[in-house]
Amino acid sequence: MEIFQAIANMTAAGFAQHLVNGISLGSLYALIAIGYTMVYGILLMINFAHGDIVMMACYFAFFGITAFHIPWYLTFVGTIIATALLGVIIERTAYRPLRDAPKNSVLISAIGASFLLENLANYLFSGRPMHFPDIPFLSSMVPVGGVQIQAICFFIPVVTVLCLVLLLHIVNHTKTGMAMRAVSKDYEIARVMGINIDNVISITFALGSALAAVGAIMWGIRYPGITPYLGVMPGLKCFIAAVVGGIGNIKGAVLGGFILGLGEILIVAFFPAFSGYRDAFAFIVLILILFYKPTGLLGETTTEKV
Amino acid sequence: MLKVRDLVVAYGGIEALKGISIDVPDGQIITLIGANGAGKSTLLRTIMGLETAKNGTITYDEEELNSLNSQHIVERGITLVPEGRRIFPNLTVLENLRIGAYLRKDKAGIAEDIQRIYELFPRLEERNWQMAGTLSGGEQQMLAVGRAMMCRPKLIMMDEPSLGLAPLVIKEIFRIIQRINEAGTTVLLVEQNANMALKVAHKAYVLETGRIRMEGTGRELLENEEIKEAYLGKKKK
Repeated sequence: MEIFQAIANMTAAGFAQHLVNGISLGSLYALIAIGYTMVYGILLMINFAHGDIVMMACYFAFFGITAFHIPWYLTFVGTIIATALLGVIIERTAYRPLRDAPKNSVLISAIGASFLLENLANYLFSGRPMHFPDIPFLSSMVPVGGVQIQAICFFIPVVTVLCLVLLLHIVNHTKTGMAMRAVSKDYEIARVMGINIDNVISITFALGSALAAVGAIMWGIRYPGITPYLGVMPGLKCFIAAVVGGIGNIKGAVLGGFILGLGEILIVAFFPAFSGYRDAFAFIVLILILFYKPTGLLGETTTEKV
Repeated sequence: MLKVRDLVVAYGGIEALKGISIDVPDGQIITLIGANGAGKSTLLRTIMGLETAKNGTITYDEEELNSLNSQHIVERGITLVPEGRRIFPNLTVLENLRIGAYLRKDKAGIAEDIQRIYELFPRLEERNWQMAGTLSGGEQQMLAVGRAMMCRPKLIMMDEPSLGLAPLVIKEIFRIIQRINEAGTTVLLVEQNANMALKVAHKAYVLETGRIRMEGTGRELLENEEIKEAYLGKKKK
């Protein structure tokens, strides 16, 4: 009954606002989830540091604008490049030396990298929340049919779709993308083809981290309080998004991201009483998916042909 | 010419190859036969740089390959059609061929070679845009051979190309192997199907638990009584 009450009380404009919020949160989750799924696809490991890469990207953008007074658009470009490099460095130092080690060792190393980044940020930038700088126009509120919506909310889905199109083009229609797909299935034979798999893995980390940076910048504009632990919860949820969509599948990660983002916002909108359980939504979806479709919504069931 | 001398390869403490020497002269088909676990695949994998030798040397045209990784070995014109085909199931048939030419930059030459492979295996052209994982076993084997040919190898190593295939398809594969060889590519062939393999071989080696047990021309080994009994399934008279 409560739901009908909530819907009845909700104006069209109010609903539109929730929808916009949900879509922009879903887009951000999607951008970050892609990084998890790409790394998993190629190395069969969960890059637990990915959420913290998002956090670092927020700080890169923050300091670029506030401390170095670089124009915001140049800062954003610089942030994307620096974050891509950070991803590559983490792979080289934390994962590459363990290439031939058991999977669990790499996983532990990923958790270590995650803690290292969080504590490094805590030490260098202090744990005090900082305010992500206001970006002209993007941070401002736009009145739309009686409600105020932040301008960035309209850009987030567009930027996400553009990034996705670009990424899918790279993966499906370039030689590098072909090499990435080959390495993800059989790195030994990829080597026999003459593919330098270390380079391919570096490119994968660079792409995933660059997308995380794009997500992080928009995240900062949307939710301006940044702390060294801001990547933890989104990181966890985006990992879940990747699993829900079918880990290893880029489109699946995007789908999972949207399901979690929209679901989370709409549940709070329709069931205000449950708003305290907002973060639990992702985990409930995860449990349901693992019960009923463990390969994820778009995940492939691998059939071995002998 | 590929020369392997006193090659020792060990997995953990167990030696899979216990000092093997073979010669693969240019332009020939050299066959290795032997039972499961004799070390045939290990030998090919070590030449390809996928396993590290504990001892011994591998040289190709007087250059030592031991210290090179696979990528650089391919650059020298050596390639492998792996055991179990191992085509990339998530790539299309055409992409599988393209990836075989990964190190080449000559677009026109690549297009030409793709056409040549389609002439050799018309089935692959028909299935051009299909995901390679959906091909039948025989088609996958043809694709694996085609993919290897795409790097214009001087030496092509094939690991059990007849494994799990129907007799007619096996015949077809062996016919192709001979055609590839007649076109000037050296072939190092590992087979359990000793009968077929010995028939096409210029020279053959018999491997037994990591050692060369016997060597000779294909014909000599086909007529050897011991070989007949152990590998060709024919009783001594």
